[in-house]
Amino acid sequence: MAPDGNMTNGFKVVGTRPKRPDGVDKVTGRAKFGADAAAPGMLHASIVRSPHAHAKILKIDTSKAEALKGVKAVVTRADFAEGLTGENWNILENVMAGDTALYDGHAVAAVAATTALAARDAAKLIEVEYEPLPHVTDVDKAMAADAPVIRAGAADKSVPEGMHPNVVRYHESGHGDVDKGFAEADLVIEESFKTEATHQGYIEPHACLAQLGPDGKGEVWCCTQGHFNVQKVCAALVGTETSQLRVTPSEIGGGFGGKTVVFIEPVALALSRKANRPVKLVMSRSEVFRATGPTASTSMDIKIGMTREGKITAAQGVFRLQGGAFPGAPMEFTAMCAFAPYALENVHQIGYDVMSNRPKQAAYRAPGSPMAAFAVESVIDELCNKLDLDPIEVRLKNASKEGTKASYGPKFERIGLVETLEAARAHPHLTAPLAEGQGRGISCGFWFNHGGETAVSLALSEDGTVAISVGTPDIGGSRASMGQMAAEELGIPYENIRTTVADTATLGYNEISHGSRVTYASGLATIKAARDAVKKLCARAAAKWGIDEEAVVWEDGCAKPSGPNAGEFEPLPLAKIARSMGRTGGPIVGHYEATPEGAGVSFATHIVDAEVDKETGQTKVVRYTVVQDAGKAIHPTYVEGQFQGGAAQGIGWALNEEYIYGEDGRLQNSGFLDYRIPVASDLPMIDTVIVEVPNPGHPYGVRGVGETSICPPLAAIANAVSNAAGVRLTELPMSPPRILKALNDQANG
Amino acid sequence: MVEVNLWSGLKAYTGGADKVEVEARNVGELLRGLVRAYPDLEPTIEAGVSVAVDGRIIASSLTEPVSSENEIYLIQRLKGG
Repeated sequence: MAPDGNMTNGFKVVGTRPKRPDGVDKVTGRAKFGADAAAPGMLHASIVRSPHAHAKILKIDTSKAEALKGVKAVVTRADFAEGLTGENWNILENVMAGDTALYDGHAVAAVAATTALAARDAAKLIEVEYEPLPHVTDVDKAMAADAPVIRAGAADKSVPEGMHPNVVRYHESGHGDVDKGFAEADLVIEESFKTEATHQGYIEPHACLAQLGPDGKGEVWCCTQGHFNVQKVCAALVGTETSQLRVTPSEIGGGFGGKTVVFIEPVALALSRKANRPVKLVMSRSEVFRATGPTASTSMDIKIGMTREGKITAAQGVFRLQGGAFPGAPMEFTAMCAFAPYALENVHQIGYDVMSNRPKQAAYRAPGSPMAAFAVESVIDELCNKLDLDPIEVRLKNASKEGTKASYGPKFERIGLVETLEAARAHPHLTAPLAEGQGRGISCGFWFNHGGETAVSLALSEDGTVAISVGTPDIGGSRASMGQMAAEELGIPYENIRTTVADTATLGYNEISHGSRVTYASGLATIKAARDAVKKLCARAAAKWGIDEEAVVWEDGCAKPSGPNAGEFEPLPLAKIARSMGRTGGPIVGHYEATPEGAGVSFATHIVDAEVDKETGQTKVVRYTVVQDAGKAIHPTYVEGQFQGGAAQGIGWALNEEYIYGEDGRLQNSGFLDYRIPVASDLPMIDTVIVEVPNPGHPYGVRGVGETSICPPLAAIANAVSNAAGVRLTELPMSPPRILKALNDQANG
Repeated sequence: MVEVNLWSGLKAYTGGADKVEVEARNVGELLRGLVRAYPDLEPTIEAGVSVAVDGRIIASSLTEPVSSENEIYLIQRLKGG
């Protein structure tokens, strides 16, 4: 699909910055989030969680809890479906432990009572007898020969013989001859890197209200990035039919990938079925940290060769990702994204998915890519420093372009990496003087983006206004951008359109809001649904005028005769056709249901200035510029917000955030006081530059923007900090103790 | 026949080949053809793969057309945050 006529004719609504439709609701408290749901007769639930990193569950005695006044139901694993296989089994095992607790915080039982206090008291009365087992939480230690086995037989056939059973998946890709390439280099640098697990840090904890009757019919209201997925997974886990379960998403207080996963909804449904009452379940912040998915932690080895002129001759990477007690760490994306910005004749990458006694990792914005960029772009920076080369010019010299064979195999379509580098080179930030103690870092980053199953419905009202129903929760301003795209197509004001995230009974299956897919896929579906409605509007006009439908065109919100031969008729505006639609053929509704497959990949280049206090190890980011290819920015303010949000989360990941486990395998910092995310006062104003290289797979050229923005920050900040400190930082987060250690190690030779 | 490029990790299932040929007119036929020719690929393909056709990544659709003129790569199924 090529970008169509609108790309050259110019937009009227797309590219403008109308008011966000959810703004007033959110600032006045009117917006309903997950924990705001309530129902008559509602019970409150509490979950009992393992205090052990790894332990056999010998016995669960619920009798004292069940005897407590107000308690209406207690569930354990026995209350869920049996005989599940594959990913559904993994999800159930994570939602409610079977015979083994696999990490600190793993759910082992749950209780529902008439008040939240009674539920918490009852949870304390549930007696669980454990037999502690040896545990491991570090990725390298989990691969060592003497590591305790998390689950025997979890590995798939991809894993080479002889690996530890905790290595459960293996990836290898690349092309050319890296040994030959390294031999051609004037300088080869080989370095190892580690990153800690970080949480997505959404402000709204997971929350749901669920009702399931003995007839198998149920309802769930919850905060999620994908309510159709919640429907599908919950139906499997509680053993009911998918269509008997209706799921309605609430407003969402952040997700960033962490709410693509089901944790508590099946528990609330199982309790509701047992009590025959609606059950509300809200996680505490500590539960969110201990039992929902952070990102994977990593251990990586990178080797890159470069000529004196700055040409990369070969690159290779080994990426070990720890994804908790279940398979699924996104090591293949780490491997595939690592060298994607560069046109390489010789490249080789290996990935290992490693299990440990930690919570099941979940996606976090461009899962796997930011860590790869940290390692690869740090080595590129070191090569530039040692060869006295300009970091932008080196990246331009090696940049992937349209037709380049990507490091992961296929040739790139039209991409905008060079344009982001050229925009960065032209930005005043790049030549601004640095103060004493400051360093500058550059990095590129890459993410694929995604399409996925999508359905949109667009209904006209008799007053000429329009209601759009989408099935993708709005996690980044999609209701505004859908309204803009529909307004563009229909030729009516943006304010005349309301977009609603519909429940699972209203539309066909919609894939989760993930993979930066919503503005691309739901946007494409909205455009097509609007065009479907326009076709029907033109048909009504043609019938009224007594001419062929093909002789009617849609311009400026009106049906018009296509030319003099079609006859002379006054243009019919949308509102006028809508007013009489009940008497001219019935309601007018546009639809589109498809799996769009043209999501364009995207690149970004970030520039960071950081200041390091060598006495305390304290780091401050003093200037930050994001340059990213958006394809086409539908609502530039939201696009800039996505750019800034990715940078802000990257700053936290790079400097402060980490999961800290004690020797006992328990998480030591399960709250925002000890797990410090950046707040506004920690951040500079983050400047943004939107580059627009149209995606050939979208009618307006849209590329996803939500994830690529978190790919370069770890590396760009690490390069800035390393250049400021005068020593290469190879472990994240670059907290003051790590910076001081690196400085001391350097001083001591 | 269409030529399918595999990621190196799949060579263990194809007798060492990282490029194989199958008879196919669309992505669905291509994946079925791969499983017929190399049954050990089935778990990987069942777990989910994407197919890059001339650089465009087909994540789900089995009906996307393919021909001998296309550059085709099997890559791992895309997910995101």
